[in-house]
Amino acid sequence: MNTNKNNTIFWEDERVDGVDKVTGKARYTAEHNLPNLAYAVFVTSTIAKGSIKEMDVTKALAMPGVLDIIYYANCPAVPGYNPNAAERPKNVTEWRGHKVLYDNKVRFFGQPIALIVADSLENANAAIRFVKPTYESEAFETNFDKARLVPANLKAPIQYKRGNVSSVTPAATVEAEYTIPIEVHSPMELQATIAYWEAEDKLLLYDKTQGPKSTQGTVARTFGLPEKNVRVIAENVGGAFGSSLRSWSNVPAACIAAKKVNRPVKIVLTRPQMFSLIGYRPQSWQKVNITADAAGNFLSINHEAISNTSRYEDFREGIVDVSKFLYACENVTTKYNLLPLDLSTPIWMRGPGEATGCFALESAIDDLAYKLKMDPIALRIKNFTAINPENKLPFSDNNLKACYEYGTNKIGWKNRPSVPGSLKENGWLIGYGMAVGVFGAGKGSASVRAVLSNEGKLILECAVSDMGPGTTTAMTKIAAETMQMPIAKIKFKLGDSDLPPGPSQGGSGTTSTVGSAVNLACKTLQQKLIALAIQFVPAMSGFTAEALEVKNEMVLLKTDASKNIDIVGLLKLANQDKIDLTINSTGKTPEQLKFTSNSFSAHFVKLAVNAKDGKIKVLEVVTTGDAGKIISPKTARSQMLGGVVGGIGMALSEKLEIDHTTGQITNASFAGYQVPLHSHIPNTDAWFVNKPDLNMNDIGAKGIGEIALIGFAAAITNAVYNATGKRVNHLPITPEKLGFKVAKA
Amino acid sequence: MTPCNYNDARRGFLKKTAAVAALYLTPSLVAKTFAMDGFVPKPIAKEKLSVTINGKLVQMEIDARITILNLLREELAYTGTKKGCEMGQCGACTIHINGKRTKSCMQLAVAYQNTKIITIEGLSTTEQLHPMQAAFLKHDAFQCGYCTSGQIMSAVSCVREGQAKSRDSIKAYMDTNICRCGAYQNIVDAIQEVAKTGIKI
Repeated sequence: MNTNKNNTIFWEDERVDGVDKVTGKARYTAEHNLPNLAYAVFVTSTIAKGSIKEMDVTKALAMPGVLDIIYYANCPAVPGYNPNAAERPKNVTEWRGHKVLYDNKVRFFGQPIALIVADSLENANAAIRFVKPTYESEAFETNFDKARLVPANLKAPIQYKRGNVSSVTPAATVEAEYTIPIEVHSPMELQATIAYWEAEDKLLLYDKTQGPKSTQGTVARTFGLPEKNVRVIAENVGGAFGSSLRSWSNVPAACIAAKKVNRPVKIVLTRPQMFSLIGYRPQSWQKVNITADAAGNFLSINHEAISNTSRYEDFREGIVDVSKFLYACENVTTKYNLLPLDLSTPIWMRGPGEATGCFALESAIDDLAYKLKMDPIALRIKNFTAINPENKLPFSDNNLKACYEYGTNKIGWKNRPSVPGSLKENGWLIGYGMAVGVFGAGKGSASVRAVLSNEGKLILECAVSDMGPGTTTAMTKIAAETMQMPIAKIKFKLGDSDLPPGPSQGGSGTTSTVGSAVNLACKTLQQKLIALAIQFVPAMSGFTAEALEVKNEMVLLKTDASKNIDIVGLLKLANQDKIDLTINSTGKTPEQLKFTSNSFSAHFVKLAVNAKDGKIKVLEVVTTGDAGKIISPKTARSQMLGGVVGGIGMALSEKLEIDHTTGQITNASFAGYQVPLHSHIPNTDAWFVNKPDLNMNDIGAKGIGEIALIGFAAAITNAVYNATGKRVNHLPITPEKLGFKVAKA
Repeated sequence: MTPCNYNDARRGFLKKTAAVAALYLTPSLVAKTFAMDGFVPKPIAKEKLSVTINGKLVQMEIDARITILNLLREELAYTGTKKGCEMGQCGACTIHINGKRTKSCMQLAVAYQNTKIITIEGLSTTEQLHPMQAAFLKHDAFQCGYCTSGQIMSAVSCVREGQAKSRDSIKAYMDTNICRCGAYQNIVDAIQEVAKTGIKI
């Protein structure tokens, strides 16, 4: 079963938690059982905006098994809901909490307006239809395309300018508008919380969160508790893609309900609620103007964007940022506005901002290449930069050219028709396209505890989470490599706020941040072992620490490996039952801050468009990543494959539909909101440059999760243009948008 | 209407709520303020159920409204079977009933008297992984693992029903099971490998 690669001692290439996941043993939030557990379900609003005049809960309360119905009239005052609380900024990136059931206002269709708590899920669900609110409706706006045209609706502009108008007359100019509808994360695990007050002021939460520490902090602030009195457990997270980066209404609702009924309470959102209550990628409009001289040098880039937020909170992401630094260009202007609508608040979704921005920029560059009669890859190479033109710092590493070389060979770029719409096979128009993705590579602070037992087993702990990329596996591998000991003897524990503080899993930063901390913890452990060896092993006394090393579960003399002691023997000799240490790994060092760090990707697509009905079939994908050293090749490849699947959905099918006459989401299910299925996915080749970026951190690894998706949608739209000669700048691309008449069923 | 008084809200929330809870736990007190219109809620219908789950005979009294999925997850602690949509659209809850793959979220338990249910926990009858579980592990045919139980149960049926002859036929059969992490290619690889061995699974 094990196919070990490289070194049979160190490498087992399966996920370390894989057996639990294929046998059903891995437990997710809603699967923890507590004695006397009660079930809670939300009743949600059926208007988009207004207030609730009264709410009749009498019949619902009389239904069998119903313990309580919590709504604005009986919800206890929650300290953190205080509108005057100084610690509650309006910007969601600073305030991760979410208020629920605290007033009679309705801010969006589907907002929780009451919480039914019952002794079984069946009893709770049966009572929903007996809760009778009486509304007073107000005028509302959910139509982005309409509302964005009125300048007064826009708010919070951020502008950027470098350089001036170029004095060179452009040989080619592209100006185009791009739109992306609301996309929804739709992870397979439903958002869930179990809350249990272990004591009057002590709370235990099982919560689907990407950041146990973040949730702990939010809940502590919301309920006025010291952080140490809140424990958040997220053992396994069933996908999230950003949707579990903040505590949504289910979290405070479960805490309030558990307090009121004095029992542990479980809330699991329904699939329709997953479309309105846990954020989404905001709808966006962009305009890109890009000019170049005859040789293809970019003369200017102008990138404007508007994205929606809710009426009650501001959410902003880095949509226009890519245009500032991805290519060499002296004259760049950007502008970014928010458009508040009567919808719930958006949140980061895989490749946040950059995925939106790269779609526009990379489409425009493709367009420009045709106008210049240049190969799109040659145009990108022409404007390649090793220095980040925004902050003037060198990239710690940038191997996009290697990605281009691999991708063009593998996809067969030479077969690409130079004239769009000219390659036809058996009634299908064939096209090739490519696009680039980029995302910041960060390194933050994290603490890791390492416990080496006198049986030679190593336990590492950090309060990070693993929503699927394989963090547990990658961290175990980093420890195995630094310690030079077998994976089977190492266990990495995460998903519990009681563990040493770690970051939320997001922004492709986990491997860099926590991996650096794991590496540091292991190196510190090795120093302790060496110090013990010098102190207790006669053959090693008198040697300096530099003369000794730790590998193969031994401390040994570098110059004479026959002088060694195994670590189990060493701990016994030193009369220690374990070594237990906790280290703190900080952000980038001054040396690392001399560089600007990013992960890069280049995606290559071959597809076919049916000449009769416009049906699009993706035939082949090559996706390449420049993300430093690849720690865990198998799980890293899976992340890239997953990005392709997400990108195909973004390009070809995903769109949240809203009825603007009622404000209701009309496709809140997997039947209505179409994520890619098995049949939509072609054979994909995922390749990495796999070159350690040691200017970035000590382990040389950068993030993959975002770059796997960023840019992919443009690779598809560029390939569709190459196939058909029709450029669609409005996602998702459908046969109708390509000008085909589609019979309605 | 603003019932919230934020003065000393912390102490208020932590301490006073027990009394509020007691009030609302007594529906009669609240009922006085609203007309009940002769409304009499029906008592919960209970049914006796006898099924075999993973080889074990289970006999119990159940809520007539409970689905097999909720029975497995909430009453019997078989949490390996996952809830993804409760609309029969995602396949995360796929199990085998009398050998046939079934979306357990769409089935009321009372309708399945004396049936044989196999969940992911009972797929392997030995200490070893079932060949399909081993193939999923080898090919990394999952990331978060949440759709995995359903994918594996469907994958076993795919091979048993002779639908694993080509990549296209595997994909068509497996379109019932959504994987949002996007492990599709690896899932097809795993199924194809098991199918090619020709061993009876």
